[in-house]
Amino acid sequence: MNPTMTTDELRAAIVRNLRKVAPEADAATLDPTVPFRDQIDLDSMDYFNFVLGLHKELQVEIPEGDYQKLISLQSCIEYLAGKVR
Amino acid sequence: MPKLGADMTEGLLVVWHKQPGDPVQRGEVIAEVETEKGAIGVESYVTGVLERTLVKPGQTLPVGAPMAIIRTGTEAEPPPAHPTVAAPVQPSPQPTASSPPTAPARSQPRASPAARKLARELGVDLEKVKGTGPAGAVTREDIERAAATAKQPATLDRATRLRQTIAAAMSRSKREIPHYYLSTTIDLQRATAWLADQNQTRSLPDRLLPGVLLLKAAALTLRQVPELNSVWDGEKVVLQEAVHLGVAISLRQGGLIAPAIHHADQLSLPELMAKLRDLVSRARAGSLRSSELADPTITVTSLGEQGVDAVFPIIYPPQVAIVGFGKIVDRPWAVSGQIVVRPVVTATLAADHRVSDGHRGGLYLAAVERLLQEPEKL
Repeated sequence: MNPTMTTDELRAAIVRNLRKVAPEADAATLDPTVPFRDQIDLDSMDYFNFVLGLHKELQVEIPEGDYQKLISLQSCIEYLAGKVR
Repeated sequence: MPKLGADMTEGLLVVWHKQPGDPVQRGEVIAEVETEKGAIGVESYVTGVLERTLVKPGQTLPVGAPMAIIRTGTEAEPPPAHPTVAAPVQPSPQPTASSPPTAPARSQPRASPAARKLARELGVDLEKVKGTGPAGAVTREDIERAAATAKQPATLDRATRLRQTIAAAMSRSKREIPHYYLSTTIDLQRATAWLADQNQTRSLPDRLLPGVLLLKAAALTLRQVPELNSVWDGEKVVLQEAVHLGVAISLRQGGLIAPAIHHADQLSLPELMAKLRDLVSRARAGSLRSSELADPTITVTSLGEQGVDAVFPIIYPPQVAIVGFGKIVDRPWAVSGQIVVRPVVTATLAADHRVSDGHRGGLYLAAVERLLQEPEKL
């Protein structure tokens, strides 16, 4: 966990992990308030790997019940900001 | 050159991972070939020493052509001719998945009158067509493929070739296999609750996806209706002892591929999850192994992620059945005279009527449903 992480760094980490499972994801065109799955072709394995990537990089615990809080870029930032700060 | 799918006719050697003199373990990837399904690692089916390579990178080989000689025993000299693909050098070579037995030499290729007529019409030289029918006979499909290949520009991209491969396999399936379809909607209340409990105790990397339960149920249930886990060899059904579960994986660049999870019925749920993750990752990265593409015995496909209620899939020949799962969705459900909300999934079975009947197919789906009511048995 990095307690000094800024919102921009958090956004970059989220997009980086998203691109690992969906290389076509583009930070410039990603609408932060729209669910990822409405913008990118993600299946449950992609989504699992995305959450796992965030868990590993940011060293945060993400209970299964919280997956629904990671559905969009904005919701990811809000959820993870509370975890890393 | 191993056959990596029912309609594969040739492959391009990209690179050797082993050189003459190198030791080789059974199952080790010794070469990489480029096919319309991507780059595939060719595994050795024996342990030994790579004695000689018979093809250079950049060369295209027909399926069944020898690629290398691997010495397995204590033989003093390799046989001078007719080596087999990644197969042992021994007095009586055993046919393997990557070394299909070759038909004896003959003056004229075996072909039906219809195939000969079609070859004349399309201007295809029968002598140059590798037959995939019984005993190596040239079929109408072989002729059609040969004609299509002859028309292809050399620069066709992989996506186009993959699309053509899918087209050929699916057309053949619909043309030759008398499909019948069954479906049943399954209450997943117990399965999803059990899974949630399981995942609560697991660290994130070890958690399971609901789809893994469905895969395991589909695989385990084949023990009760084994004829669905078989292949049609052109004339008769051949039951398969091992359950090598093909998993349909969509590729990001388009198209799909259905590599096998070997012995899926014998794997624990965590093992199955790990295999599935690995397989999806490698399928999309283009680094599958030859055995994973060569020998699925039945396939499972799920389109629940795309929001569809039910899938009515097409069988991958020479398999004789395919199982589909739709979206897991909350629905009104009658329980003890009361309407309650339950997570449900629609399971479908497409099966080959030459091999099984609706009665047996129905038993299979009923058994899948029963098993999913007792998830602790998965």
